[in-house]
Amino acid sequence: MKTKSDWTRKDLLGLEPLTREELELILATAESFKEVIGRTVKKVPALRGKTVVNLFYEPSTRTRVSFEVAAKRLSADVINIATEESSVRKGETLIDTGRNIEALKVDIIVVRHNCSGAAAMLARHMRASVINAGDGWHEHPTQALLDMLTLKEKLGRLDGIRVSIVGDIAHSRVARSNIWGLTRMGAEVTVCAPPLLIPPAIERMGVRVTPKIEEALDGADAVNVLRMQFERDSGDAFPKQLEYFKTYGITLERLKNAKKGILVMHPGPINRGIEMASDVADGANSVILEQVTNGIAVRMAVFFLVAQANEFINQKGATKK
Amino acid sequence: MKILIRQGRVVDPANGTDEVRDLYIEKGVVAESARQIQKGADTVIEAAGRIVLPGLIDMHVHLREPGREDKETIETGTRAALRGGVTTVLAMPNTDPPMDTVDHVHWLMDVVRKTAAARVLVSGTMTRGRRGEDAVTAAELQKAGVVALTDDGSSVENIEVMQEVLRQAKEAGLLVICHSEDKTLAGRGVVNLGYMSTCLGLRGIPREAEFKRVERDIELAGMTGCPVHIAHVSCRESIDIIWRAKNKQIRVTADTAPHYFSLSEEALANYDTNFKVNPPLRTAEDVAAIRGGLKDGTLDCIASDHAPHTENEKEIEFERAAFGVVGLETELAVAVTELVEKRVLTWSQLAERLCVNPARILGCGRGDLKVGAPADIAIVDPAASWTVRGEEFASKSRNSAFLGRTLKGYVTHTIRDGKVVFTR
Repeated sequence: MKTKSDWTRKDLLGLEPLTREELELILATAESFKEVIGRTVKKVPALRGKTVVNLFYEPSTRTRVSFEVAAKRLSADVINIATEESSVRKGETLIDTGRNIEALKVDIIVVRHNCSGAAAMLARHMRASVINAGDGWHEHPTQALLDMLTLKEKLGRLDGIRVSIVGDIAHSRVARSNIWGLTRMGAEVTVCAPPLLIPPAIERMGVRVTPKIEEALDGADAVNVLRMQFERDSGDAFPKQLEYFKTYGITLERLKNAKKGILVMHPGPINRGIEMASDVADGANSVILEQVTNGIAVRMAVFFLVAQANEFINQKGATKK
Repeated sequence: MKILIRQGRVVDPANGTDEVRDLYIEKGVVAESARQIQKGADTVIEAAGRIVLPGLIDMHVHLREPGREDKETIETGTRAALRGGVTTVLAMPNTDPPMDTVDHVHWLMDVVRKTAAARVLVSGTMTRGRRGEDAVTAAELQKAGVVALTDDGSSVENIEVMQEVLRQAKEAGLLVICHSEDKTLAGRGVVNLGYMSTCLGLRGIPREAEFKRVERDIELAGMTGCPVHIAHVSCRESIDIIWRAKNKQIRVTADTAPHYFSLSEEALANYDTNFKVNPPLRTAEDVAAIRGGLKDGTLDCIASDHAPHTENEKEIEFERAAFGVVGLETELAVAVTELVEKRVLTWSQLAERLCVNPARILGCGRGDLKVGAPADIAIVDPAASWTVRGEEFASKSRNSAFLGRTLKGYVTHTIRDGKVVFTR
């Protein structure tokens, strides 16, 4: 494992600001933690005595559980707060909620929020570390990191690989984080969606854009299939479900024309028969369950790195006084 | 009270003056203007090295009274104005209740008489309740004392209603100030639609929402012959449209705000809601175009669009936060820093944008320093740099886009009707 001095950020808010070295450090740290979770005794004392709060303003089971398991593997105490049971409904602001949580002397706040920028705003007001578990359409950095770890394991490298992201790019924080992380690591990224779901000027993020699924699959080493949220009540224009599956759905038929062994990924939960056929989800190309396992390792790494950095920052602050 | 301002650089473009002079002020007016004046005075201001400007006239100010006195009042807003060298403001009518009846206007004018520190001109709404449905009676409001009509904060969507407003305003001799925004196109957008909205994952406002409506409002001005003023221009296309209309002799004028000539959408990278304004901050090319428009006169004025908000409405999630920033206390310094220091405008051109042109457009007199003119004056130390701190504002609100920024040029004295009303 590399030394802690390479990581100086108290928060992880997104992959956009991270350097290649920082991304490599997270992935290397995650690889070493992956060894831990393969053991019979799956626990290390790295975060013993620390408290992690999962503050979720959006319903989520898998991401929240993944953070919870990761924290427990590091021996941290975990508290889960979901909107239904919190004071949020009584009109408390995010910052007030954050300050109250901080007053309980917690060390790390994992936040998921339906507003883009919410994690950044919270982090500006907190001394505790803030980890973004998804903010609006903006970023979902740990999801992209676990995608990257999976790709690296399967393909041996990230530099020069070709990854296509298919689905609702416009409203996807998973897409944005993957784009920043993968392009910074030297991967070639293509995004594919109906034109309505491609946000303006996305090419400037360093990706190729195509509305054709065949073009997206052609020559790709992996295809990351996004969840289509047809229930989204945004008032924005949206295609019909069946039509989407016909035009963009990942089927065995479509994979036949793709590179042999193309990896099929999905952040979950899958809409079978909408963005992906069932036999693809359960088929030989699918690495979806490995993504879930890697999620634990990546989140352990992020916890470990931000906790150390924050300790260092607070020590420095203390000696200054 | 007699005041002698000695050896300041008097920048008075209305009279073609830009030279070091003495000004003698007596009985509320400029009594004498000469190279050197040897006369006794109650107050002598040594202004060597300073700029002496006509008091600024800011034609776009939200004073929030009545209805949102927690954000600002006539009193605090006008004290903020004086700190910024602004001696006259045009109060926007989107208060609660709005300025859509003679009674409301009379009430407001009474509060102004009792509490205002600077001169406050009053505007009325274009439509009742600012609902865009039926036009106010312009002649009545004019008689009550309003100088302009505007539904600022919204645009009148219905073209027939808008025509009716313009017809009545023309008849009554009132200026119409347009908040040109097509709300159907703007939708629920919160930032400029483009690369930044994509990166930030925020809903975008297309530039068309502004310039298509500017185009419509100007066409209606041409059709009705009523003079219109386009408020807070933010994008390149709007400037082109205004420029063409002016060449066709359509009676249109326009302003922009300091944040549009100094900040681009890149400022939003950290989701700081003090950069959330409507229209939104645009691209660097738009900022350059706005500067060009100020330089060539397509944009007649700089107005702050002073829009105070409480912390409760700003320190929240970006998409939920209120649009708008305060600006009275920083506009002159931002203009000096971004326009004069960077040689976009000369001092004389700046005084035209901040004093002469707004006075002409509003028909309110002032904006010049000729002998006999009311003595509304701002004295500026052009070399002084200072850091913007919300705690020092006279405004009740601190939602400035320039907090922490170091700016050049601050107001050392503000004189209104021959009295020193602010010194630093």
